[in-house]
Amino acid sequence: MAKVILNEVRKHFGNVKALDGINLTIEEGLFVVLLGPSGCGKTTLMRCISGLEKLTDGKILFDDADVSNTAPKDRNVAMVFQSYAVWPHMKVRDNIAYPLKLKKVPKKEIEERVKWVAELLHISELLDRFPSQLSGGQRQRVAVARAIVHRPKVLLMDEPLSNLDALLRVRMRSELRKLHDQVKVTTVYVTHDQTEAMTMGDKIAVMNAGRIIQYGTPEEIYRRPKTIFVAGFVGSPQMNFLPMKVTSSGNQFFAENFGLRIPLRTDPRKDRLTVGIRPEHIFLEQPGNSVSIGATVYFAEKLMSETVLHLMIDGDTTIVVKVPYDLSVEENDKMQVYVDLNRIHFFDPATGERIEL
Amino acid sequence: MKKFFYILACVAICLWFLGPLFFTFLASMTPSSDFYSMDKIFPSKLTFEHIYKLLVNLGGWRAMLVSVQVALIAIAISFAFGIPAGYAITRYIFRGKNMIKLVMLFTRSVPLVVIAVSLVTMYLRLNLADTMFGVALAHAAMVLPFVVLITSSIFSGVFVEYEEAGMIFGLSRFGAFLRITMPLALPGLAASAIFAFIMSWNEVFAASVLAITNRTLPAHILSTAMASPDYFKFAAGTIMAVPALIFIFIIRKYLISMWGISLK
Amino acid sequence: MKRESMVPLLLILPALVYLVVFIGYPIVGTFQLAFSSPKGWLENFKYVLSSRDFLSAFLNTILLGVVVIPAQFVLAILLALLVNKKWKGYKTILYIIATPLALSDVTAALISYSIFAPNGYLNKILLRLNWIERPLYFFGYLFRSREFLVVILTEIWRATPLVFVILLAGLQSINNEYLEAADVFGFSAWEKFTKITLPLLKPSIVSALLVRTLFAFQIFGVVWLLAGRDITILAGETYYWYVFMNNRNIASTYALIIAILTFIVGWFYIGTIRSKHLEEGVRT
Ligand SMILES: Nc1ncnc2c1ncn2[C@@H]1O[C@H](COP(=O)(O)OP(=O)(O)OP(=O)(O)O)[C@@H](O)[C@H]1O
Ligand SMILES: [Mg+2]
Repeated sequence: MAKVILNEVRKHFGNVKALDGINLTIEEGLFVVLLGPSGCGKTTLMRCISGLEKLTDGKILFDDADVSNTAPKDRNVAMVFQSYAVWPHMKVRDNIAYPLKLKKVPKKEIEERVKWVAELLHISELLDRFPSQLSGGQRQRVAVARAIVHRPKVLLMDEPLSNLDALLRVRMRSELRKLHDQVKVTTVYVTHDQTEAMTMGDKIAVMNAGRIIQYGTPEEIYRRPKTIFVAGFVGSPQMNFLPMKVTSSGNQFFAENFGLRIPLRTDPRKDRLTVGIRPEHIFLEQPGNSVSIGATVYFAEKLMSETVLHLMIDGDTTIVVKVPYDLSVEENDKMQVYVDLNRIHFFDPATGERIEL
Repeated sequence: MKKFFYILACVAICLWFLGPLFFTFLASMTPSSDFYSMDKIFPSKLTFEHIYKLLVNLGGWRAMLVSVQVALIAIAISFAFGIPAGYAITRYIFRGKNMIKLVMLFTRSVPLVVIAVSLVTMYLRLNLADTMFGVALAHAAMVLPFVVLITSSIFSGVFVEYEEAGMIFGLSRFGAFLRITMPLALPGLAASAIFAFIMSWNEVFAASVLAITNRTLPAHILSTAMASPDYFKFAAGTIMAVPALIFIFIIRKYLISMWGISLK
Repeated sequence: MKRESMVPLLLILPALVYLVVFIGYPIVGTFQLAFSSPKGWLENFKYVLSSRDFLSAFLNTILLGVVVIPAQFVLAILLALLVNKKWKGYKTILYIIATPLALSDVTAALISYSIFAPNGYLNKILLRLNWIERPLYFFGYLFRSREFLVVILTEIWRATPLVFVILLAGLQSINNEYLEAADVFGFSAWEKFTKITLPLLKPSIVSALLVRTLFAFQIFGVVWLLAGRDITILAGETYYWYVFMNNRNIASTYALIIAILTFIVGWFYIGTIRSKHLEEGVRT
């Protein structure tokens, strides 16, 4: 187990800045999820931590030791590849034991540890098979077993669940998380599935274009997204973003547009604001502190346990509203919806940064 | 009707392609009196006399040994140089990679006919003229581009993640290559080695030009066959064909892809 | 970063150096030999190009190519279409067709000789059937045209599989949906072949043609063994001038001419391949 510190880490492939100055401190024993759109540099970051890629610039420290120039084999990291990379010419047992052999662990102990991990991951019956005789889910367990059995300082997992079917994915999610609680190894987990990120991570690092935009607990990321990008990336359906003008009457400032008038607590010192409202924070019945807005139903997605409404609030502006029950509405129905004022986000339209108002 | 046509076609194919082979084998084992009697198509008995004489008395055995040695040395050299190059081409991205591939394609299509005579001049200076080793060096040059291209395609069939997993779990880059990639590539590499063996075993022009006393089997046959009685020619055909056919049979699974690389 | 990028070059360097020494340098040497003569640098070429032997060798080489290559293509396409149907046991037939690929030209010549020799099986069978009264002679200067025929048959036997393998690979990479679509539109078998299969097969045909034509200029073993210098050919002249006349300069001149012809043909084909659009799913 180790604390991982990334200091101004850069990795360029020719002109492509895959990592463009990453600063991150991952506390010991934490399960950290790297979340971001395709191509944002998640895999590259993992490979840099593991040592498979040499940094263009910057430093990586495990605890206080600089490992930037250490070969992967001497870093004591483990990795679960997206394709699992379970060696096809070795039996499951040897796949798991081989890293231990390389580390010159005594034979007796190897046997014990293999037994322990096989039981932990329910693969005891598979030990004498070759990988080609395993299902995708089983292979994935073997990959995880191989990774944790040699007690790495850091465990890296690159979209380990993306090749599994939906049902198995949900099960493995909770199993991996439980496993982490048992072995407590510092874990970096890559995904672009936000449900996975929200449910598994102690902390989430949201990445975009080679940078880390926000690092925090799932709750922080959800409640107080630092930028429009994070706000839009986390949450489903996506947050509504409405461009608004700032008006004032006396000392009171408002954000106004589309017949909405949202009171602001302080002077934003800006003419314009982007207001973010999550679909689940717009209600059909009036909650406590709210403002209302008139809308026309444009389209309704009925998902049985919930209904996602696309509502027209202006000639060409729609907002999305999520209600947690089955609702019967028709297209072009007029309705009144209520925006919860306590859960509104404000962003600077120029920089995309969050503004606390 | 259709089925009948297929069967007919298959029979014709078998006759056309295997018939001549069969007759050659037959002729090589036909006693000479039977062979020269015009009304005996099938011999009264089979004999290994011609093959034995060709091998023992007419220098065939010696030439065969030279052939095998030449092929083995050529394989050793071309694989020693070809494997690292093939590995680099698949596993690294670097400038000039397409250039290198073009060079391989170009050198592969340079006929040995074109360079053999000039090689003699070079060999005279290097004291390699008329040596088995000299022929082997030329054959290695002939096989090397093929080896580079085929090993590169074999290595690209071994996922790079296997190797990377090896590096993460305690192996050096070279160790991962040796312990992970090589075992996985081995069947393919063995098949290519056999293929290279056949290429060298069958090459006749350079072998004839580069060595006079240390002739490989085909070169030996080329220079002596015309002056020998017919049944020795067939014996020669048989001992040339049989090893090649056996080897081809062993690697049949890989043949199509290998021909793809050696021909295109 | 610097060091990392050196690694692949270091891995490739030995192979590259080897090829430069054993193929590049000898090519230069061939030029040197061909262009050096006590009488002047072009003398070897003047001598070769004005000799009767060259003319006949050149013409024979071309003639062999012109007869053999089309025949091989027709046969190979038929065989490839047959095997591509993938009926039960097609693999076996595939291997049978491919057997000659394992054999050298020397072997092929000897095999062919077992059939066509005076006491060969063709004569024996024909005599047995009473179709002829005396054995037919196929070899010797007097029977040059028959010799030519035997060489052609041998070459067809030996090298059709080479074309076949390339064409089969091409056929197998043609997406079956194209043909199924043609079925939907009611194409006849012949239309399917000419309108769909053949155009899609074009890249393979071109590359097979390239390989075959290049090899055609190097043809040696079969002709040399079966006909000696009754039928002169370019590679045979190279061999003759080196081994029998001990003249490396003239031999190299012939070699260089082969190289130049090869190069021209290769260039021509590669030009045509490049300019053709390639259908999705078809590799060159
Ligand atoms: N070896 C490489 N050479 C050149 N560019 C690369 C290389 N590896 C990655 N890149 C580029 O770096 C950027 C980041 O890639 P990376 O694989 O880290 O993305 P990712 O976040 O893992 O995406 P995904 O979610 O699709 O897996 C991409 O633009 C990619 O094209
Ligand atoms: Mg990735």
